[in-house]
Amino acid sequence: MTDPLTEEVIAIIAKEQRLAPDVISPEATFQDLKIDSLDGVNIVFALEEKYNITIPDQVAREMRSIRQVVDALRAQLDAAGA
Amino acid sequence: MNRVVITGMGVLSACGNSVDVFWDHLSAGRSGLAPLTRLAPERVANNVAGEVRDFHSSQHFGKQGELLDRFAQLALVATRQALADAGLPARFGEAAEGPPATRVGVYTGSALGGAESQDTAYQQLYAKGASRVHPFSIPRCMMNAPSAHISMETGAQGPCLAVSTACASATHALGEAMRWLRAGMVDVVLAGGCDAPLSYGVIKAWEAMRVLAPAGDRPQAACRPFSMDRSGMVLAEGAAMFVLETEAHARGRGARVRAELAGYGASADAGHITQPTVRGPLRAMQLAMQEAGFSAASLDYINAHGTGTRLNDSTEIAAIRELLGPHATQVSISSTKSMLGHAMGASGGLELAACVLALEHQLVPPTANFQAPDPECDLDVTPNVARARRVEAVLSNSFAFGGLNAVLALRRS
Repeated sequence: MTDPLTEEVIAIIAKEQRLAPDVISPEATFQDLKIDSLDGVNIVFALEEKYNITIPDQVAREMRSIRQVVDALRAQLDAAGA
Repeated sequence: MNRVVITGMGVLSACGNSVDVFWDHLSAGRSGLAPLTRLAPERVANNVAGEVRDFHSSQHFGKQGELLDRFAQLALVATRQALADAGLPARFGEAAEGPPATRVGVYTGSALGGAESQDTAYQQLYAKGASRVHPFSIPRCMMNAPSAHISMETGAQGPCLAVSTACASATHALGEAMRWLRAGMVDVVLAGGCDAPLSYGVIKAWEAMRVLAPAGDRPQAACRPFSMDRSGMVLAEGAAMFVLETEAHARGRGARVRAELAGYGASADAGHITQPTVRGPLRAMQLAMQEAGFSAASLDYINAHGTGTRLNDSTEIAAIRELLGPHATQVSISSTKSMLGHAMGASGGLELAACVLALEHQLVPPTANFQAPDPECDLDVTPNVARARRVEAVLSNSFAFGGLNAVLALRRS
């Protein structure tokens, strides 16, 4: 059972990468999903647009798996909400 | 020095999205100009353009399409057409037939690059107050995006360049590609031009120059090159891509040769940023004729730059008069921009395609929308109706802002 934020992230990545959401495991890495660096910045842009936040470059560079994206995003959302 | 031939071509234009439809239009003198469909009419002063119709990214591209501005999309689809026309594989280096991938080059020309993507990004920033733009903005906009994507899609691994010389871009790209083949650098080049300048920002910038023709009651007839009542140019978009090969390579694989690219002349006016001279275009035509071995008497047809502005058309006719002397009255001249509009960096490619078809059909496409002769343009500009005649030796003229001139010479093969 995945949490709602993970599901949302998977849905966004699935849309941007034109993948079916059910092939994206919460444990998957960008490498597993063949997400290259340009795909990566596109996904970060999509997250920024969706959640109306700004993800700093150094945070974006650390996003190399679904788990890292969700954790970083949660931290950003918490910071933005605080 | 190798001889160079054209074995394939592909076009997307206001006059259709295939070579056959394109020629149906041009040979019938049928204009593709129409009111703009992508902008609200009240936002532009002159509501007429040469749009590529019935072209949607999703018809031709999957995820790749998101990375492509329209100008690169048009170039890629035209390249696919050209490769199929040439009987070459869609991807080099994978099939037994076809040249080695490292012996295939790419050379594209574009005046404005990813104009629509740039417009969209700036609109986000300036109009909508956004703090960020789409991360694909740079790869979409960059001038070398079409050539890079062509190389990626076809596997061509030879030299790969993009040139930007305003309205002569495609002609320069084709001429320089011919030089590669002449020198034996490569066996095949995918060369041509593309532009998709019908963004709000670009249209307004051209409006400000006061050289655009009003749409009038009959937008399809807004562009009237060489006609006494001509009132300017009409912006257009499109792409034309060619497969150029050394003659030895083409014959070696039994390819159908459509025409010989026999000469190329390039010159700079070293004068004014927008006003043309006679001597610059004249010298480019002379150089192309010289390389092709054409005499004044042997020239049959000139596809003119013929933008439909007061200044271009009279200057171009003066240059042709000086080029050919007493033979000037014998040559057929026409401006296919009367039907295609001015597709900027693609225009020289579209016009070269018109020249190849004129050679093949022994038919000179007309200058459409011609109303009345102008004493300053008093040569045979093939008004309104195509002319059947001997067409063996042809020039295609492109004269860009900046005084950068390029002329290609074609011979019937």
